[in-house]
Amino acid sequence: MRNHKELRSVAAKVRKNIISMLHQSGSGHPGGSLSAVEIVTALYFDEMNVDPADPKKENRDRFVLSKGHAAPVVYSVLAEKGFFDKCELLKLRQVDSMLQGHPDMKGTPGIEMSTGSLGQGFSAACGMAMASKMEGSPWRVYALLGDGEVQEGLVWEAAMSAAHYKLDNIVAFLDNNGLQIDGKNEEVLGVDPLGEKFTAFGWNVIEIDGHDFDQIFTALDTAKATAGKPTMILSKTIKGKGVSFMENQAGWHGQAPNDEQKEIALRDLGGECNE
Amino acid sequence: MSKIATREAYGKALVELGKSNPKVVVLDADLSKSTKTADFKSEFPSRFFNMGIAEANLMGASAGLAASGKIPFASTFAVFAAGRAFEIIRNSICYPKLNVKICATHAGITVGEDGASHQALEDIAIMRSLPNMSVIVPADAEETKKAIFSIAEYNGPVYTRLGRSGVPVLFDEDYEFVLGKGVQLAGGSDVSIIACGIMVAESLKASEMLAQEGISARVINMSSIKPIDKDLIVKAAAETGAIVTAEEHNVIGGLGSAVAEVVSQEKPVPMKMVGVNDTFGESGKPAHLLEKYGLTAQEIVKAAKDVLKKK
Repeated sequence: MRNHKELRSVAAKVRKNIISMLHQSGSGHPGGSLSAVEIVTALYFDEMNVDPADPKKENRDRFVLSKGHAAPVVYSVLAEKGFFDKCELLKLRQVDSMLQGHPDMKGTPGIEMSTGSLGQGFSAACGMAMASKMEGSPWRVYALLGDGEVQEGLVWEAAMSAAHYKLDNIVAFLDNNGLQIDGKNEEVLGVDPLGEKFTAFGWNVIEIDGHDFDQIFTALDTAKATAGKPTMILSKTIKGKGVSFMENQAGWHGQAPNDEQKEIALRDLGGECNE
Repeated sequence: MSKIATREAYGKALVELGKSNPKVVVLDADLSKSTKTADFKSEFPSRFFNMGIAEANLMGASAGLAASGKIPFASTFAVFAAGRAFEIIRNSICYPKLNVKICATHAGITVGEDGASHQALEDIAIMRSLPNMSVIVPADAEETKKAIFSIAEYNGPVYTRLGRSGVPVLFDEDYEFVLGKGVQLAGGSDVSIIACGIMVAESLKASEMLAQEGISARVINMSSIKPIDKDLIVKAAAETGAIVTAEEHNVIGGLGSAVAEVVSQEKPVPMKMVGVNDTFGESGKPAHLLEKYGLTAQEIVKAAKDVLKKK
């Protein structure tokens, strides 16, 4: 497909859904959800072999949200793709909802791994890639990590194992928005140079603008053409992307918009969109 | 009586299981010669993954393999499995109820010379507190083999606690292991001794010693600590009126606590717990350590006599 106009339209809806669902739930993580919209949209609406009518179909590609707190972006994309009804989005984080605060593979169609404790999704994604590779299966694994997440030692254990087992069937995006709960990465605990670190750990590293569909697809194509190595796509992004008062603000990592802020946010994003 | 370590039996059982069940894969963390998973590696190299000295990723990768339809057996020492990798087991394995079999060796004080840092005495407590997790402690080589085949047929996480040192062979090939069931090994009407792991053999010895003093002691092998056999415990409490538990584990949170949870709520009777009394171990020969830390038939006899006074 790679119809950028259509993808941009989906991304716009996804952003509005994120604002609406977080406003409704009164809690959650907008900043790191908005920064990953283009990446998750590109994966589900073009790259991955998935079928919303048959979420467990054989040889489907797997996506693991290792930065599990960004669940709203994945829920929003899954709903837009048709994995479940969009009315579920407004039940986020409520009792008896299928949409938990962090992804629950047992409760939500399309969620492949329960995540939320940082580093663990990446490790499980590497395990999935091992399973596919040992069978010679065609399915691939996609993971999304946060930049603060790489402070977890488990990320590097997993990175080491993926290179050792030559997992060229896994592609990880690193949502490099530069911010974490307590402030800038570089002030909390420096993570740079990320590219050199993953290169040293045996990964094929590609650096892109994580909001640019062209660059996302070019990187995905390069990853597919790279044999014998896992690929890490370092994606420069803007935390809170698209909402004027949220952009580049660490304070919007884990805070929901109030009524007034929701209105401003939806206006920034081009109007209410709950069809 | 011949002695075989449960880890030895585990290694052999894995190879046999691997032949009949192609979904079985094995992961280790640079201890495959000690955990005995090296046997499986030799037989099925493409189904064995050495994850290096990285126990967190050992469990995370196992979760991913299980989510993809494999039956991973993940092995390392108990202290690293239940301790270092705890939160990965909690969130990536137990929360989504993934089909990972954690087979932890070198549990308990009989690790011996390596000392306290390597002697897991709290792993049963940690693992049984996790929803969806089953916890088993086989008593001998034969039960280990039966348990490994049994848990491969069960869909869900299981923590199997295995030992480094040789333990007496108690059972023959007719022995059956059923998850959630205990087995009465000796009849008795005055007191019940409920034990797991290496303490089952000691309990049988204690029962004979008590018989010489005219005390009739029932012996139960409670290898399935979670789910636990409530009916068998309640029956023992009702019929003998006193219970002694015996385990190679801290008395806090282990088998004794699990039995007490049932007894106190269903059929209260006096209890005594034989185990390690909330302390770390130390280096030494296993036999010397068992003596020093009170994990012997003599201690069980003493506990039985004490508990009888409370009846």
